[in-house]
Amino acid sequence: MNDFHLAQVNVGRILAPLGSPQLADFVAHLPEINALADRAPGFVWRMVDDDGADSTGLRPKNEDDLFLINCSVWESVEALRDYTYRSEHLKVLARRREWFERLADFHHALWWVPAGHRPGVNEAMDRIALIRDNGEGPAAFTFRAPHPPPTTSPSI
Amino acid sequence: MLGEPVRRGLYRYVAGTPGDVGRDAAAEAVGISRSLAAFHLDKLVEAGLLEVDFRRLSGRSGPGAGRPAKMYRRARNEVAVSVPPRAYDAAGHLLAEVVERAGLDGELQAAARAAGEAEGGTVDGEAEPFEVLRARGYEPFWDGRTLRLNNCPFHALAEQFPALVCGMNLAGIEGLLAGLTCGQDWKASMDPLPQGCCVSLEVADATDAAAEEL
Repeated sequence: MNDFHLAQVNVGRILAPLGSPQLADFVAHLPEINALADRAPGFVWRMVDDDGADSTGLRPKNEDDLFLINCSVWESVEALRDYTYRSEHLKVLARRREWFERLADFHHALWWVPAGHRPGVNEAMDRIALIRDNGEGPAAFTFRAPHPPPTTSPSI
Repeated sequence: MLGEPVRRGLYRYVAGTPGDVGRDAAAEAVGISRSLAAFHLDKLVEAGLLEVDFRRLSGRSGPGAGRPAKMYRRARNEVAVSVPPRAYDAAGHLLAEVVERAGLDGELQAAARAAGEAEGGTVDGEAEPFEVLRARGYEPFWDGRTLRLNNCPFHALAEQFPALVCGMNLAGIEGLLAGLTCGQDWKASMDPLPQGCCVSLEVADATDAAAEEL
């Protein structure tokens, strides 16, 4: 068992409210896509709102009701990559521009957390801020240039 | 290397078969002797076009299990031939990067669909999707009633820009089917396996038609 797990955060701004016809297909796909994650090899945990089904009720930017966050923890980069790009999730990913605004800056980040740790919204948003300020590095990276887990034992 | 017809036939068979291929199966598929197949297969390995693995087909191990069989599969590396030299891959990478940053997924998909449809319209009216996809390098194979594609023609780009490039590819195949006379009943969908193209195809009413026959 690894001492570290991979955390992932994605942020995005939807083009219209979740209840709108424009977002209907996205909302309809959510249960299936989340269930797929839950049973995917290497899946550990995902962030949910008070409803407990998904994270669409969370608003990491208080003033922006269209700004959504998605955060989860996986056993490895490969496990997350397989789910993201080699499962039915890809079907939804290929339609991202029908539902989400294009974000000019980094909108996702990966980082290593001690196994058992569950990142909160603030921690996840800090990683987005980090990769936007400093570019990709060991503390916040992307699939394009993954960093290995830390070699030292985690200090919690 | 592939100018020799027997060798080309062997390469096509191995590359188009998911999983590893033994000498006997390859020889039978091409209609030559096992020893001639072995000779050409090993030439293809030397040239770096195929990779080889040793495996005991009996499932036994230890003394008496027999010699491990040589199993062949398409090499993972890419060989591009261009005379004179051209750098379309570098240009493709740059273009994809810009299209991704600009968020033009929808525009790219629309263009791919239109191009696919136009291309499908130029194909001989009798051509089946299987043949048309094979001619475009997808290496199709049947998996029950599903037609799967063993090769992704956009592999390197799809690895770097999966959402963008796989979306483009699906739209292109959908367009191709729409343009083909024999493609009208077909449906393409995103259905990725660990390897190969992320799109699979089915005849849309295959199950209904089969149910009616029963």
